[in-house]
Order: sequence, then structure tokens, then C-alpha cells
Amino acid sequence: MALMTGCGSKGGENGQVIVYNWGEYIDPDTITMFEEETGIEVVYDEFETNEIMYPKVESGAAEYDVVCPSDYMISKMIENDLLAELNFENIPNAKANIGEQYWEQSKDFDPENKYSVPYCWGTVGILYNKTMVDEPITSWAQLWDEKYADNILMQDSVRDAFMVAEKLNGFSMNTVDESELQIAKESLIEQKPLVQAYVIDQVRDKMIGNEAAIGVIYSGEAIYTQRENPDLEYVIPEEGTNVWINSWVVLKNAPNKENAEKFIDFMCRPDIALKNFEYITYSTPNDAARELIEDEEIKNSEIAFPDLSQYSNLETFVYLGEEGDALYNELWKEVKSY
Amino acid sequence: MTSKRKFLATPYVFWSVLFIIVPLCMIFYYGLTDKTGAFTLENIAAIATAEHSKALWLSLLLSVISTIICFFLAYPLAMILANMKVNQHSFIILIFILPMWMNFLLRTLAWQTLLEKTGVINSVLSFFGLPGLNIINTPYAIILGMVYNFLPFMVLPLYNALSKIDENVINAAKDLGANKIQTFFRIILPLSVPGIISGITMVFVPALTTFVISTLLGGSKILLIGNVIEQEFTQASNWHLGSGLSIVLMLFIIINMIISTVFDKDGEGAML
Repeated sequence: MALMTGCGSKGGENGQVIVYNWGEYIDPDTITMFEEETGIEVVYDEFETNEIMYPKVESGAAEYDVVCPSDYMISKMIENDLLAELNFENIPNAKANIGEQYWEQSKDFDPENKYSVPYCWGTVGILYNKTMVDEPITSWAQLWDEKYADNILMQDSVRDAFMVAEKLNGFSMNTVDESELQIAKESLIEQKPLVQAYVIDQVRDKMIGNEAAIGVIYSGEAIYTQRENPDLEYVIPEEGTNVWINSWVVLKNAPNKENAEKFIDFMCRPDIALKNFEYITYSTPNDAARELIEDEEIKNSEIAFPDLSQYSNLETFVYLGEEGDALYNELWKEVKSY
Repeated sequence: MTSKRKFLATPYVFWSVLFIIVPLCMIFYYGLTDKTGAFTLENIAAIATAEHSKALWLSLLLSVISTIICFFLAYPLAMILANMKVNQHSFIILIFILPMWMNFLLRTLAWQTLLEKTGVINSVLSFFGLPGLNIINTPYAIILGMVYNFLPFMVLPLYNALSKIDENVINAAKDLGANKIQTFFRIILPLSVPGIISGITMVFVPALTTFVISTLLGGSKILLIGNVIEQEFTQASNWHLGSGLSIVLMLFIIINMIISTVFDKDGEGAML
């Protein structure tokens, strides 16, 4: 916990960098290594969802340099002028090591690849316990099957929950069409009595502990849970799903912009990206790091590195605008209070 | 002498202004304005929508039930404590306060582990071939969490009030021919009213406003008014609506406090 040295301190010999990242989303050793190599002190803080992160960054209540939001949140931050353009000359490892397809995919939310450097990516799918189901799980519709009443874990975050219902009904996960959203909401309300709990990070521990038969989960958690409980299996549902990227960005009002770029560059070094991949098990867009993976099974894992070209109905979240967000939140509240 | 004493209170005054008055003003500012900064009552009127009023009624219901359960558990215990010899009761009180030294979140998380389908309680029950206890992610688990977490706040003021009752008053009642039941209802109960009132306040208010217990033990399936407010701030980033609903919630807390002052005229409330 030496990382939590607070903002009051003066920092290392070369100043400090303040990082705001997802919970359990980095190998703590890499931070120590960065501090030792550069003499820059890292102040590290964590968030649980994009929606929790955003108001803190927007209000400027806390100062941060580097943040790691998801795709749609990055486009919202670009639109609201919160991000600084990156100087890629200071981040040589990014262009050198990160695969071309991930830069291409990033253009959905950062059209000119000016603001963000991909850190992790993945899909959202169903994790199920082979001993607790008697049929192969292939479809979101099975999350509405009464057989699994009280054995289903849903994501407790508005976009992820609606994504499932929208894909089930054949809509885009970025729809702001009110009648489509009403149908999706009705589906979620219909499903609610069958749901054991709406959870975020806890889905991992609950699935490992055989607490539920099926759960909606991020692909990055799937490898870890399988390691802990071999009965678990991950599947991308046939109706399609969300492909997401979490990328490093630097805030416009960052007090330590240069250190922030050094930090991002360090994270893109193949050995560091590999260390992080092995620790957090979320798919890395760092092709050079993937080459270094020794375990062939993981290196070619369908879960960690799926061949996306074989799916036709994958989508990435985009920012829906203030009105779209408000509509989603309103409908989600109706589901939760039902 | 007096000026010296006033000087000693400065840190407290500073503290109250910074952490009580200023935040309150901010809540009223946000609650009574919209995104453009114009005055509006919409955020307060929003309590009338189906989702919000349902959450509020559910919160009121669960916190009233929890308060009643706490009262009936705590009163006999407080009486036993008050009648004990000094060295004995301090030990029992220590046992009661001891869990409070542990973090509130950890204790609630522990209940989650205990109550889960494959949790400790159900494993033990199934080992003995008994039917499982399936209350996790239901309102019952939330009530259990509230009672467990807030019971000490009922016991301590009750114990305080009961131990202050003069033994002679009770003896006088007995001398005048009152039996045990009459002594209890005519002497002990009325004299402990200040303790009852402050105990009720100290359980009811946190129970009404909680959002952690309902999230952890209700599986996020049961939306209390505390959850609605929390989500307006953290998820929807609509501080105006969140503040407006907080003002409504404050109203219920103020009503509760007015009732306490009415009952506790002499100001001997055993507030801790």
C-alpha cells in the first residue's frame, strides 16, 4: 500500500503522476518498477464503473493525470473537452507494439487516434457452470429461462444490462429509439424475478463459489475464474455482444502531462504489458506482449483473443449524448424499482 | 475564564461550518436549481414519481420494522444490564461494542457470506439435513442487516436511561403496593422514555438512509430511497435530482427529531 501516499506529498525525485484506473486492473509490481526506473512517484486511485469515474473527473474535485475509461466514455470525454491530445513522440512504445486492428477499432470513439492508447480489450458474454446446466448455453435468451430462476447474475450497470436486453430483441446496443428501449426495459423487468442479484465485480467470486449457474461477465474475468473453478465455461452469445476497449487517456487539466505520457509509454512496453496481462487476465492489444506469452493455450485462447471476423453482430458502445444517457438511466431506475 | 472556554470551542465551530453548514447549503443549492442554474421545485416534486415514492415507502417500511425489532430486542437486554453490578455490566457492554470496532462494510459483507446459497449457514443446515435458509437478496436480509448493524445504538441509550432511574422510586412503588407489572408500566417505562426516543432516532435515521445494506444484502434488486439518491450522484451524475430527493428525506428526519424533542422536554435525552 505504499502507493497510497496521498496527494499532499511532494512526489519522487522527478515529480509524480496521478493514475485513476479500474479496480484490480494492474499488476502492482509494474507500478513499483516504474517508480524505480523513472524516479516518478505514482499516486494510484481506483474506480468501479465509468459512471462513477466521470463526475469526479468532470468536476475537477480530484486531480488526475492518467485515466483508463472505456470506449463510449472516451467519446463523451472528448466531446466535453476533458482530454488532452497525446504527443506520440513521447510514447514510442504505443505505435510500435499495439496491433493495427486495435487502433482501427479505437476510431469508433477516437476518430483520429489522437487522445487514447488501448490498454485492454475484450467481449461481454455468458459464464456458466457446466455442472449446473444440462444444455449448452449459446444465447442471451437462456438468461430468461425459468429453469435458471435465482441462478442468474446480471451486470449492475446500466449500459451492460440494457445491452443484453437489446441484443435479445435484435436491437442495436446504441439505440436511443424510445419504443425499442421500452421493449428492452420490459424484457429486463420480465427477467428480474429470475435474477439472483445484480452485481459488478462480485460476479467473479460468486461464479467461482458455485453461487449461481450463469452470469454475465467480461471476457477478461473468464480466464481467471476458469483457473479457480474448472467447471466454468465462457461463451459469446449467438445474438452478438459488446466488444469493448479500455484505453489510457490524459486529462486536459493534468498537472503532470509529461509524466503521464511516460507512464503510458511504460505500460506499452512488451514486458510490462505481459506482466499486466498475466496478472489481470484481460486481453492485451499489445501484439509484442502476446508474442511473449509462453503458454500456447493462453496465447491462442478463444476467450482471450477471439477471432472477431467470425462474428457479424458485434458492436462497440458509443456515447449517446446527454439526453440518451438520461433516458437510459430513467428506464434502468424503473427496472430496479420494479 | 469564559472567553478562554469559547476559544476552546473554535475548532468545533470551524468543523461544523465546514462539514455541516456548507454541505447543507450545497444540497439546498443543487436541490432547488436545474442544470442551467435556474430555480426549480422539480427535483423535490420528483419524489411523486412511481419509482421514487415506491423506494421511499419501502425504506420507511423496512426502517420502521427494523426499529421495532431493535426496540424489543434491546429493552430486556438494557434492563438486565442496568440491574447488574458495575464490574459485570461493563464487560457485557464491551462485548456489545466490540463488533462496532470492526468496519461496518466488512460486517455487512460477512453477512452476505453467511447467508449465501452456498454460504456458511446453509452449509451447516444442509449438513444436518435441514431445509436451507433462503433470505439473501430479499427484504428480510435487509431487515436482518439493519437490526444487526444498528442494535447497539438502541441498547446503549436505553441502558443509559434505565441505569439513571433512582432505585428508591422503584422501592417506593413497591411499598405502596404496586406489583412488578404495575411498577414496570407506571414507573420504569415512563422514566425511560428519553432513552427510548433517542434509541429510536439513532436506529431509524441510519436505517432510513442506508444504501449499502440494501446493495450488499438485497443483491441490488431492492431499490431504497438511499440507493436512488446514491445512484443519481454516482451513476446518473444528476446532482440536482439527488439533492432534491435528499431534501425530501431530510424532511422525514426532521419530523423524527421534532417528535423526539416533544417527548424529551427536559433535555435529558440519553444521546450518546
